[in-house]
Amino acid sequence: MIQVPEVFLEGILPAIILSVAGIVTMVVGLFIRKGAATVGGIISAAAVLLAFYANAPLRALDKPAFASLISLDGYTWFFNILILIALGMTILTSLRYLADEGMDLYEYFVLLLFAGAGMMFMVSGNHLLTIFIGLETLSISVYVLTGVLSRSPRSSEAALKYLILGAFSSGLFLYGAALLYGASGSLGLPGLAKYFQSGSFTMMGGVGMGLLLVGFAFKVAAVPFHMWTPDVYEGAPSPITGFMSVGVKAVAFAAFARVFFESLNALQVNWTNILWVLAVLTMILGNLAALVQDNIKRMLAYSSIAHAGYILVGMIAGTAAGISGILYYLLAYTFTNLGAFGIVTLVGRKGEANVYLDDYRGLGKAHPALALAMSIFLFSLAGIPPTAGFVGKFTIFSAAIKSGYIWLVIIGVLTSAASVFYYFRVVMKMYMESPDVEPDGIRFSPSMSMALVISVVIVLYIGIFPTTYLNLASESVKTLF
Amino acid sequence: MVDVQHYLVVSAALFSLGVIGVMFRRNLIVILMSLELMLNAVNLSFVAFSRYLGSIEGQIFVLFVMVVAAAEVAVGLAIAVAIFRQKGTINVNEINIMKW
Repeated sequence: MIQVPEVFLEGILPAIILSVAGIVTMVVGLFIRKGAATVGGIISAAAVLLAFYANAPLRALDKPAFASLISLDGYTWFFNILILIALGMTILTSLRYLADEGMDLYEYFVLLLFAGAGMMFMVSGNHLLTIFIGLETLSISVYVLTGVLSRSPRSSEAALKYLILGAFSSGLFLYGAALLYGASGSLGLPGLAKYFQSGSFTMMGGVGMGLLLVGFAFKVAAVPFHMWTPDVYEGAPSPITGFMSVGVKAVAFAAFARVFFESLNALQVNWTNILWVLAVLTMILGNLAALVQDNIKRMLAYSSIAHAGYILVGMIAGTAAGISGILYYLLAYTFTNLGAFGIVTLVGRKGEANVYLDDYRGLGKAHPALALAMSIFLFSLAGIPPTAGFVGKFTIFSAAIKSGYIWLVIIGVLTSAASVFYYFRVVMKMYMESPDVEPDGIRFSPSMSMALVISVVIVLYIGIFPTTYLNLASESVKTLF
Repeated sequence: MVDVQHYLVVSAALFSLGVIGVMFRRNLIVILMSLELMLNAVNLSFVAFSRYLGSIEGQIFVLFVMVVAAAEVAVGLAIAVAIFRQKGTINVNEINIMKW
């Protein structure tokens, strides 16, 4: 007799809400001739708010559910919130974008919601199968969203490159999972942990771990597995680029940290050395390549690669302080980068015609508020107080120093000093230079302005009063250690 | 006697062929086929391990991998069609508007 595992639907209620809203949007969209995208946006925004509410009880939980396939704890709670924030902000910035591009696509929001549901399963995954399914649900939705501008050759090219390299990295991830399964006889994270803690270590397990690591490194865009990032970020629609750079990266790091700290902790010595090299390469190459870009989406793509390097430093630190640093960093980075990409969307105007650094000349005079907001986001990305980005970098680097990685932190600080140069170049262009020809006016929309105001306020607020949020982050990682 | 090592060698060989195909072939359709080959090589090792360990988990995983592979290739072919309409070619060397 096969036992039916306990069903605990409350635990996955946020993901259920997003999926149901996706299906409802899909059906409702069929019957609307005009303005389907707006209706889709409203349904998805309501679903995101509802999911926020449904997510709250997870905070106090700490238990595996569905036969240990997923684990519901503070860590899941925290990342679910990050996912919902990224989703909500992307919905707000997308509404105007779709109208400007003349695309009445309700499918856009359907795919966003499904990607969100996949992300939730990925961060709560306590079994390599759940993590894989979540990863693919999210990836396939994002491949399509990347190529959604069907008339733009850039968008299709970006989707193609993303799909090929994404599927390639999933293949490596799967092969790693197969080898770990062969070595340990289990695919669940607790089973893997038991196997490695008993001190057994075979060649096969080692190779499996390495392949798993490469698969994750592809997803978080760590050098040398970053080749797809600049092209995909440049070609994708700007709001989707923002979503990818925070949402996809955050959940990839969440699953990365959960798998490696929960199940492969016994091998920490082995994988921290590999991550050390990856982090150094990522920080140096990401920042250097960003210096020479003249397209702002490409520049922010390289900057997001560099930020993956800083976050890897937190993983290398390997302590609860390091991981809670990552959580805070991702929270800060979510608001900062979504805000920055919101402005890129606004300044890009119709057809993303103005995505070069030179298009930002004179913005300080034409739109002082917009230029001020952009400066705050760029300061936060560069890690200058009193913004959230500074506190994030500070917590991660101090955790790494406590664990004894002095050289790593020195490289991190030096490269982040170099990064100030390219962030400030944009600020200089906005305030010091004036455009050759006066560009068209920027058309604001209420939802876009709301997203930007929220981002600015929160970037400053959690930068000036970080204590509550740092405590929140360290409380959320408790179940991991 | 065919034991688990034989299956693993075949699976590793197929996986390497897939990797080489993705890296060196220029036709988009062939690249998608090579990706499928990689995933199916993984399936072979899962089934072999599952049989060897006497645990059902690996075979369940294979079913999910097949579903995902089908979804992925559907999206991949749709993108290939979109690119062919725009450019009239599916040679990946000519799909290069964006670099450095």
